[in-house]
Amino acid sequence: MITRREFLQASVAASAILGISGFGNWSKLAAQQALTEDQLLAFEDFGNVTLVHVTDIHAQLKPIWFREPEWNIGVGDAKGKPPHVVGRDFIEMFKLTPASPEAYALTYEDFTALGKTYGRMGGMDRVARVVKSIRAARPEALILDGGDTWHGSMSSFLTKGQDMVNVMNALGVEAMTSHWEWTYGTERVKEIVETQLKFPFLGANIFDAEWDEPAFEPYTIFERGGVRIAVIGQAFPYMPIANPKWMFPEYSFGIREERMQEMVDEVRAEGVDLVVCLSHNGFDVDRKMAGRVKGIDVILTGHTHDAIPEPVLVGETILIASGSHGKFVSRVDLDVRDGRMMGFRHKLIPIFADVITPDADMAAMIETERAPFKEQMEEKIGTTESLLYRRGNFQGTWDDLICDAIRSERDAQIAMSPGVRWGASLMPGDAITREDIHNVTSMTYGACYRTEMTGETLRTILEDVADNLFNPDPYYQQGGDMVRVGGLGFSIDVTQEIGKRIGNLTLTDTGEAIDAAKSYTVAGWASVNEGTEGPQIWDVVEAHIRKLGTVKVEPRDSVTVTGI
Amino acid sequence: MTMNLSRRNALWVGLGGIAAAAFPGLSAAATVEELTAAFTGGAAAGAGGITLTTPEIAENGNTVPVEVDAPGAVAILLLAAGNPEPAVATFTFGPAAGSQRAATRIRLAKTQDVIAMAKMADGSIVQAQATVKVTIGGCGG
Repeated sequence: MITRREFLQASVAASAILGISGFGNWSKLAAQQALTEDQLLAFEDFGNVTLVHVTDIHAQLKPIWFREPEWNIGVGDAKGKPPHVVGRDFIEMFKLTPASPEAYALTYEDFTALGKTYGRMGGMDRVARVVKSIRAARPEALILDGGDTWHGSMSSFLTKGQDMVNVMNALGVEAMTSHWEWTYGTERVKEIVETQLKFPFLGANIFDAEWDEPAFEPYTIFERGGVRIAVIGQAFPYMPIANPKWMFPEYSFGIREERMQEMVDEVRAEGVDLVVCLSHNGFDVDRKMAGRVKGIDVILTGHTHDAIPEPVLVGETILIASGSHGKFVSRVDLDVRDGRMMGFRHKLIPIFADVITPDADMAAMIETERAPFKEQMEEKIGTTESLLYRRGNFQGTWDDLICDAIRSERDAQIAMSPGVRWGASLMPGDAITREDIHNVTSMTYGACYRTEMTGETLRTILEDVADNLFNPDPYYQQGGDMVRVGGLGFSIDVTQEIGKRIGNLTLTDTGEAIDAAKSYTVAGWASVNEGTEGPQIWDVVEAHIRKLGTVKVEPRDSVTVTGI
Repeated sequence: MTMNLSRRNALWVGLGGIAAAAFPGLSAAATVEELTAAFTGGAAAGAGGITLTTPEIAENGNTVPVEVDAPGAVAILLLAAGNPEPAVATFTFGPAAGSQRAATRIRLAKTQDVIAMAKMADGSIVQAQATVKVTIGGCGG
C-alpha cells in the first residue's frame, strides 16, 4: 500500500500545468496551431471529489491582457519560494518551455511578442465553458470563489457589483469569501448576501466590531459523492486597515488563527471527511497559517493574485493558487477515503480566450449586463504605443501614466498611486477605452485628493507601506504592492526593518533631495479617509490621455531596489 | 495609502508635549522593567500556561482588543511596552473566580509589543508577548 506521503509526492510530480499535455518542445507557431480546447480541458478523472477554484476575478467579464509580475520579492522564509519566483527562474523551477503558452500565461518575459501569438486570456464565458466541461465529467464538482469578484470594472462599479453577482450565480458558484466586495458598503453587501446570492458568503474571521462576536457564516458542509466536505471561508484579514473602514464600520476582521483552528476542530468533530479553507489571506499568510492550524486538507488561496502551476505542500495541507482576472481556473481532484485525503491531482487551467469556446448562455448574459453601459465603456479615449501594465512590487507603466496624469491635472510635485494588484494590461498599439481606464482605477473611493506633505511624512508613508509588503513575518503583510510614485525617486533595501528601508528621496524633476522639514504638493487617490475630496481618478486619467492622444511611457529608474 | 496622518501626528505632537512638560521633580512613567520587577518580585518568568490573543495589525490603534487567559493565575499584569505609560492593567483573581481570563481594549501609540505576565498561586511567573502593528493603512491590493 502506498503511504500518504509517497502518494502526495507522486501526485505533485504528475500535477504540473499542461506537463502531461505535452506542450514540450514545440515551436511557438506549432504550439499555437496545436493549442486546442481539448488539450486545455484534458484531465484524467481522479478520486471521488472535484474542487473548482476561481478567485480575484476583479469583475473582468471579457478577456483581457494580464502581464504577470517582473518583481515579486519574497522576504524571510518565503525568499526564493513560489510565488516569489518570476520570469526565467519561474520557467526553470516549473520546467516550462520558454515562449510556450504556459510561459506566456505565467511569466512576464516577452509578453508583448507572445501576446501576439497566444492572445488575450480570461472572459467569464470561457470560464463558464470550462466549468461546464468539468461538471460534465464530474457532476458533483464543487465550484468555489475566493472573492474580489464584484469589484474592478466600470460595469461592476455602475451596478454596485450586480453584474458580477448575476454572472457568478449563473456560473453555479457554491460558496465565496470576500475582500473588495466590502467597498460597496455594509448595506449593499447585506442586500446582496440576503436577497441576491444563491450561495453562502463565508467568513469565519468576520466579527461584529462592537462585541467581537462572529457575524457571518463561518463554513458550509457539502455532501458530494458520499464525502462530507467542510468549506471554511476566510475573508481578507486587513479589510479595515487596507480599505476604508468607514464603509463597513460594523465589522472587524483579522487573521484570527485561533478561530480558524476552532472551526477546523468543530467540523472535524462533526465528522467531515475533508476540510477546505476558501481563503483571501494572501499566499504567504496562508502558507504560515497552514503550518500552524492543524487539520486543513486544502487551502484555496487568494488575494495576492499568484498563479502557481503546482500545489504547494505545507505538512499535509495543499495550497492552490489560481491567479487572477479570470486568467485561470484550478481543478483539484481528490481521493478522500476513511475521513482522510489520500491524494490529489491538480491542473491550473489557463483560459486562452482564442482557444476556449465561449459558453453561449454566459456570453449572452455578459452582453446583457454590459448593454446599458456599452457605449460609454467602449468609447476610445486615446491610443498607447507602450505596453501598459501594473502588477509587480514596484512601479509599472500604467501607474507611471496615472501618476503623470495626477501631477499634470492636479498640479502637484508628487503623485501617489496605490499598490493594488488588480488592473488589466494593454498592448502597444491598443486603443485606450474608458473601460480600460476603469479597469485600473475603478473603486468606490476614487477621489483624487491634493494636499501638502512634509518630506518626513512622505518617508513615513513609504516606510509604512514597505513594511506591509516586506515584513519578514507574513502575518504582518497586507498583500498589496509598493505605493507607486510620480515625481519622486527613492531607494529601498527590502532586507531592512521598518524605518530603515527607504533612502535617497529626491524630486525627479530637479534631482533635488527631499527635505524632511519642507512641504511638498502631493496628489493621489484611494485615500481610506472619509470625506476625501477631489475629482474621480478615472476622470483625471481620461482628461490627461485625451490631451496626449497617443501615450508613450518609457521605463523609468526612479526606484532603486537592493537586498534582493 | 492615505494622506491623513492626523492621529499619528497628534500622537507625535503629544509625545513632544509630554517631553516639554516634564518638569524636574515630577516622576516620569514607570518603565517596563520597573513594572515587571514590582509584579514578579524578581522571579524569572517562564513560558507556557498563558495565552495572549491580540490582532497582528490593529484595525484601530485607539482601541485594540486584547485577551489574556492564564488558568490558575492569581494576578495578570498587562503592559504596552511602547506606550508613553506602559502600564495597562493588573487583574487579580480571588479563589472563587471561575476562570482566570481577562479581555479589554487598549490604546497603542505605535507598533509595539504587548506583554502579559501571570502570577500563579505558588508565586511563579509566566509571560507571553505579541507584537501589534499600528499602521497608516491603505493600499490594499
